[in-house]
Amino acid sequence: MEQDTIAAISTPIGEGAIAIVRLSGDEAFKIANRVFKTKELTEVDSHTIHYGNIVDPKTDELVEEVMVTVMKGPKTFTREDIIEINCHGGMVSVNRVLQLLLREGARLAEPGEFTKRAFLNGRIDLSQAEAVMDLIRAKTDRAMNVALKQMDGRLSDLIRKLRQELIETVAHVEVNIDYPEYDDVEEMTHDMLIDKANHVKKEIHKILQTAKQGKILREGIATAIIGRPNVGKSSLLNKLAHENKAIVTEIPGTTRDVIEEYVNVRGVPLRLIDTAGIRETEDIVEKIGVDRSRQALKEADLILLVLNGNEAFTKEDAALFEAAQGMDVIVLVNKTDLELNIDMDKVKKAANDAPIITTSLLEERGIDELEEAIANTFFEGELESGDLTYVSNVRHIQLLEQAESALDDALNGIEMDMPLDLVQIDITRTWELLGEIIGDNVHESLIDQLFSQFCLGK
Amino acid sequence: MYNAGQYDVIVVGAGHAGVEAGLAAAKRGAKTLMLTLNLDLIAFMPCNPSIGGPAKGVVVREIDALGGQMGKVIDKTHIQMRLLNTSKGPAVRALRAQADKVLYQQEMKRVLENQENLTLRQGMVDEVIVEDGKVKGVLTETKAAYYAPTVIVTTGTFMRGKVLIGDIEYESGPNNQRATVKLSEQLEQLGFDIVRFKTGTPPRVNSHTIDYSKTEIQPGDEEPRAFSYETTEFITDQIPCWLTYTGEFTHQIINENLTRSAMYSGAERGTGPRYCPSIEDKIVRFNDKPRHQIFLEPEGRNTDEVYVQGLSTSLPEDIQKRLLETVPGLEKAEMMRAGYAIEYDAIVPTQLWPTLETKKIEGLFTAGQINGTSGYEEAGAQGIMAGINAAAKVLDKETLILDRSQAYIGVLIDDLVTKGTNEPYRLLTSRAEYRLLLRHDNADLRLTDLGYQMGLIPEERYERFTTKKQLIEEEVKRLKSNIIKPSEDVQQLIQDLGGSPLKDGVRASDLLRRPEVKYDHIKQLIPAEATLPNDVEEQVEIIVKYEGYIEKSMQQVEKMRKMENKRIPERIDYDDVQGIATEAKEKLKRVRPLSVGQASRISGVNPSDISILLVYIEQGVRSKASNE
Repeated sequence: MEQDTIAAISTPIGEGAIAIVRLSGDEAFKIANRVFKTKELTEVDSHTIHYGNIVDPKTDELVEEVMVTVMKGPKTFTREDIIEINCHGGMVSVNRVLQLLLREGARLAEPGEFTKRAFLNGRIDLSQAEAVMDLIRAKTDRAMNVALKQMDGRLSDLIRKLRQELIETVAHVEVNIDYPEYDDVEEMTHDMLIDKANHVKKEIHKILQTAKQGKILREGIATAIIGRPNVGKSSLLNKLAHENKAIVTEIPGTTRDVIEEYVNVRGVPLRLIDTAGIRETEDIVEKIGVDRSRQALKEADLILLVLNGNEAFTKEDAALFEAAQGMDVIVLVNKTDLELNIDMDKVKKAANDAPIITTSLLEERGIDELEEAIANTFFEGELESGDLTYVSNVRHIQLLEQAESALDDALNGIEMDMPLDLVQIDITRTWELLGEIIGDNVHESLIDQLFSQFCLGK
Repeated sequence: MYNAGQYDVIVVGAGHAGVEAGLAAAKRGAKTLMLTLNLDLIAFMPCNPSIGGPAKGVVVREIDALGGQMGKVIDKTHIQMRLLNTSKGPAVRALRAQADKVLYQQEMKRVLENQENLTLRQGMVDEVIVEDGKVKGVLTETKAAYYAPTVIVTTGTFMRGKVLIGDIEYESGPNNQRATVKLSEQLEQLGFDIVRFKTGTPPRVNSHTIDYSKTEIQPGDEEPRAFSYETTEFITDQIPCWLTYTGEFTHQIINENLTRSAMYSGAERGTGPRYCPSIEDKIVRFNDKPRHQIFLEPEGRNTDEVYVQGLSTSLPEDIQKRLLETVPGLEKAEMMRAGYAIEYDAIVPTQLWPTLETKKIEGLFTAGQINGTSGYEEAGAQGIMAGINAAAKVLDKETLILDRSQAYIGVLIDDLVTKGTNEPYRLLTSRAEYRLLLRHDNADLRLTDLGYQMGLIPEERYERFTTKKQLIEEEVKRLKSNIIKPSEDVQQLIQDLGGSPLKDGVRASDLLRRPEVKYDHIKQLIPAEATLPNDVEEQVEIIVKYEGYIEKSMQQVEKMRKMENKRIPERIDYDDVQGIATEAKEKLKRVRPLSVGQASRISGVNPSDISILLVYIEQGVRSKASNE
């Protein structure tokens, strides 16, 4: 707990041209080395900086081009080994790097934890101790509670269910061990365990795949602004970008650099797709504009469909609605500073259940409503603080990924024909990791399970 | 009152905890007195005539590795021995022996009588003599005052013991011995928190009246086995146990008479263990189970009494007789002793330091069932630790505290003093986080060094041990450095075993890791210079085959140890630590953990409380340093 390797983004979120991920602890070098593919970080001199690539070791996919600072303890802030990875600004890339480090064995730092370590390791002054304690106290269990509250109820139910399955399985293995002569308890077999482990693994995998918030945190919500030319797409983009301090990320390697802009709307990170395209095509012919919109639609999780309230509802508008069918859509009826000529009934019919916001981007009306609608779409109004959601969710994803890999270890052990009492170590570990997500991790409950599930005794 | 003598250590009680305590203290060089109610009932087994089993069997080996007695005595006096869980992994294998109750007692008594520094005396202790919060000695009912700076109380289930059979109840220790009443009252007056626990035992029947043709035989293992690393002679003529089941009408009789059971009559009663339920409990809680196993266990070679395991009960005697008649094979069984439940006082064990010294009274130790545990093995384990530590206190020698990665004994005592228990505590393998490290095959490797340091292991045995250790290390090294080439012989062997052929040469250790390969095969391919003893070969195979898992466990242990090494100052004032939750603060004040690691295992103490505690301690250390 106090001696593992911790990681966090140590630059303010969503600001600045670069962002830094910091790792501290015994395994900092080892963990960084697993994802930094250009140089052997364990062999370089201390307090040096190195250029190279971060690569996902599972998929060999290039994640980010970075500068890595290597600092050997104790001449560091925490007096532990520290790695600092300088990424391009914006949350997308830095988040991916953080995720990767967490998957490879780091733990997400608690608020103030670097400072706490600095203090505990004698690096900072006694006068600062009070401040460190305040910091810990401030976070205490509140962060956990908030995280729990924000978690989708269905998700926590599902995790409880999976844990129950796991603990029943573990109790079964345990009872075979502790009461080997009780013949009425069926002997657990490798095949039974494979089925269980595979089933739980599949469920965890599904959660990881579909957990909406998890995906948001990894990638941001891919958001497309679509609409006919001159309806106000560009103004909307500028408004969102300006108000929310957009970060521009250039992704090299495509025929033409596609530009994504990253904004944080009330805690919901949006990745605005093909913003360069919007700016370029706003003035050119209608056909290209619509085609580009269709293209953007393919990648998007969220569609902001902009209509011109000053003009009639056109065939092209209808075509865009059709193309966006089945997706999360927010409809903007813009230019309400001018006369309203659009047939709102038609809009409502086309929009189906999608929220409709009337705006005047020129006069800055309707922006709040829009932002609220965006937040509502993804958090159903439960969200209060973007930062906390961010922290707790990264934690959840990390735990789920670790649980998945613990199950892989278990399955691997079964394949190697290891005895069940060893395989069970990894199953129990999975159960503990899932427990951390819902804040329940009492070892005694295994023993309770044992005695409620089976009739035992001398 | 008269002065009956001065000692270093006084042990009250000579059950399974008492004998280990007395022997350990005496072997360390302390002048030791053991007082017991009845010299004919030393190391008596009032419940099942059996020692060992999963977790418990490992404990017996741990006691032996530390230089204790239980393993040696059962090796000499058992009627059968079995290795359990042979089809499972090495971590959960364990020995269990059926004891000859009487021979066990006699042998243990003989050992005590021959132990240097140890005096054995019969007598009922009425009180411990306490002055200024320190123990000074004990006073018996015959007004003998024995003096010593340390006293170990091992009174088992005797404290205010009460036997219950149906609606009959009377003051008694187990097996109709006298209960210890005054001592219990005094401990309460001294301010100890006392809880009321219960346990039970089944009826015994006469072997001649059992129809064994209706039961299944349960023989001992053919291969000779022993608990103790010193045992060289093995018992070959073994006596079988027998298996039968509750019958068609057993459940009916119990259901009809449930209100007549002492435990179900509605009276407020002590807490019983879930793992050792009475037959009434089993039938009420698992109503849908059609039948329950009953094991018939002979109580010895020179008696015809048979213990009816699985039929523990507090129903009235007449119902017990009818119950027996419903069990196939026992239709005509003659009941020699009735089963009963027993209620007794136990000390809330969080009042103890991990040395088993009480926090309240300096020099006073408690061990065994008085601390809320159950089982002879758990008692013996606490006994040897209390004996070692009481002697350490008097003689100013090293104390011994085992951690959770060193021994089941460490798990047991840490659980007791850190978490307490709300039912009689029994060791289970699932209580150990590092089960893979706490194997029965490596108890000597884990603990012999410590036993030797404590002065409990004789020189000759220690030398044998170091040789064994060396042989294991050398052989593991040899397997890791030797390459096995894919020659025809090798490929043929692998093919015979059903494995996939080698492509290149592999290290012998890597080959051994294949599921189908055993050490015996490796030995064929690359013979060792000299033939190795069986236990060395076994150890090498386990170490190599499960290296991955063992390493993972070791890493966890490393992490645990770091927290364990962060000591909490003895004089810490938790009220001065701002920001720890109230519940956590109360618990910390009560348990007074010695290390941050121990603190983190107290239920109700959260990680954030631990963080604050760490900062607080560091603050103290530094301000002290700056003052100097």
